[in-house]
Amino acid sequence: MTDTTSNQPVGSTATDKARASELSAVGRFLKATELDTRMLGMVGALLVIWVGIHILSGGLFLTPRNLWNLSVQTSSVAIMATGMVLVIVMRNIDLSVGSVEGVIGMIMGVAQAEFLIRVVGFQLGNPWLWIIALAAGVALGLLIGAFQGFIIAYMEVPAFIVTLGGLLVWRGMAWLITSGRTVAPLDTTFQLMGGGPRGSIGATASWIVGVVACVAVAFMLLNGRSQRKRFHFPLRPVWAETLLGVVACAAILGAVWIANSYPWPIGIVRQYAQQNGITVPEGGLYIAHGIAIPVLMAVAVGIIMTFITKRTRFGRYVFAIGGNPEAAELAGINTRWVTMKVFMIMGVLAAVSAAISSARLNASTNALGTLDELLVIAAAVIGGTSLAGGSGTVMGAMLGALLMQSLQSGMVLLGIDSPLQSIVVGAVLVIAVWLDTVYRKRV
Amino acid sequence: MADKIAPATAPITAAPGTPLIDMRNISIAFGGIRAVDDASIDLFPGEVVALLGHNGAGKSTLIKILSGAYKRDAGQIFVNGEEASISNPRDAKKYGIETIYQTLALADNVDAAANLFLGRELMTGWGTLDDVAMEAEARKVMGRLNPRFQRFKEPVIKLSGGQRQSVAIARAILFNARILIMDEPTAALGPQETAQVGELVKQLKSDGIGIFLISHDIHDVFELADRVCVMKNGQVVGTARTTDVTQDEVLGMIILGKCPPGAIPGPGALKIAA
Repeated sequence: MTDTTSNQPVGSTATDKARASELSAVGRFLKATELDTRMLGMVGALLVIWVGIHILSGGLFLTPRNLWNLSVQTSSVAIMATGMVLVIVMRNIDLSVGSVEGVIGMIMGVAQAEFLIRVVGFQLGNPWLWIIALAAGVALGLLIGAFQGFIIAYMEVPAFIVTLGGLLVWRGMAWLITSGRTVAPLDTTFQLMGGGPRGSIGATASWIVGVVACVAVAFMLLNGRSQRKRFHFPLRPVWAETLLGVVACAAILGAVWIANSYPWPIGIVRQYAQQNGITVPEGGLYIAHGIAIPVLMAVAVGIIMTFITKRTRFGRYVFAIGGNPEAAELAGINTRWVTMKVFMIMGVLAAVSAAISSARLNASTNALGTLDELLVIAAAVIGGTSLAGGSGTVMGAMLGALLMQSLQSGMVLLGIDSPLQSIVVGAVLVIAVWLDTVYRKRV
Repeated sequence: MADKIAPATAPITAAPGTPLIDMRNISIAFGGIRAVDDASIDLFPGEVVALLGHNGAGKSTLIKILSGAYKRDAGQIFVNGEEASISNPRDAKKYGIETIYQTLALADNVDAAANLFLGRELMTGWGTLDDVAMEAEARKVMGRLNPRFQRFKEPVIKLSGGQRQSVAIARAILFNARILIMDEPTAALGPQETAQVGELVKQLKSDGIGIFLISHDIHDVFELADRVCVMKNGQVVGTARTTDVTQDEVLGMIILGKCPPGAIPGPGALKIAA
């Protein structure tokens, strides 16, 4: 987004012309680490927003509790934003994701709370309840995506129109399923996907996840280096590799530490102690939340989607088609099928988001996911996905989702009225894209 | 990984008299306009055939039929004497037909290696993209074409016109093409790069590759081509050895459709009232 690093080379006032031709210290640093300045700018903007809201709210924002909640609130939109990146990279748009999320949430709710119990005769708490409900939701997402994708790719109706129709159709379907009635409560295991004290993995498991992630980061850096060595390609300097690894691991372990610093509320601790026959000691029992399950799901989706975009043939084709559809066609790529597959992925991701959102509500309502399409598109665009097609990153879109959610929940903390919230979010979207346009022209 | 070493199809075994490519009576219409009308053209191994004509004469369209970008309405294509069915770019590549398009047809947002292997990526044993191996191959082939080229990490939109051109050429020769179609290959190039392309054409020719060259530059054509084929209004005016006709006569074919004595007239030749 904002390019905070290279606007002002260090000691810019004293820089003479001769030095200007060389790289500044910042420039050398960026070249050595091969970091994306746009991504750094986004992280910078996010930190500015966080610190700003923290100060304005009198120290309420950067607390383990708020950050933990923020991570859970972001998951659903972040997951869909990763799919929206592919859709927009291919020069399409999907306006239907919020409604698709709604109809799938409804189907999953009805399946586990009514259909499987009354019609099939499962007992409450049967593990198959949530498994079948989730599988049915994912399958439905795949089908809806395939259906819309087919109309877009093979019948050549513009994606804007197809998904605008979808926005209305699927929302209507969500209402029709129960004639507008809300379905609750949901299966207790299914609810874990919504987070909360029980929907988190606890301190020990969180540390294990963190350490495994750090090992994976180190392995990837080393593997990349040895691969490049094998072909005698230019390598990053060792200090740059080390720095990258250390920063990444610090960020991972820091996030785990924050999640582990947020204890269960006293009431739930007491209930838990009673159920398990533990006597609560004098000072109270400290049980940490740890990483929430929806956050883990979002991270997993992020990793899988990054892998798909960077390391698979399909991902390469998505970007090539976005860059030059005609060239992709001439290279022998089946562009229609790739288009259809992108919408199928989008449908599946909408299903995962539907599971998280409805589990968090512990209910399926026909309004689930209303206006989410706009948040998802905004997250992808703020995250650097170009509406002209051909460029965008999964990581950026997830950061974009986090940024949007930070703004929104920050404004709630500050007690800003909801109409004003909309105004701010809308303005931020436009400003972000404008800054991005300026950045692209300069580079 | 093996497919980059092995030729795209069987080696050339046909008798020397068999053309590499024989397009017979090709026609295609867009709406009511006959862009190519009953055109026939052939190409022998190690030969450069130049296609000449005004803008809209049908040369690019004819060539796009061969490369699979357009589907012909009528006519046959023979590759090495055997009838070939080419209905999309993948088919054409299977027959070893590679094309360098006038627009270059590069995906601007990805790097040189990704463009070279677009549609034919090298994969690792895990079924993932082998970017390192692709970059290595890219460095090899680009080193041959444009030794000073170093910008392998940048999207091709950031490259200069000549660099982009060399990426497009590298893509065509990377997979051991037997038939190369070059549509205005030097249009975006400076004099030095144009000379490089000329050298490359001669080298490929000596390897037994047949080349269709579409060009506006008649000097280029006389330097590189063995034969010229002139088109006008979608029809072939005539075909001639470059040794049998003068540049002025070829210009006459392009502008007036007048077939000189050294050329074999086609259906589009001006009928002179006897």
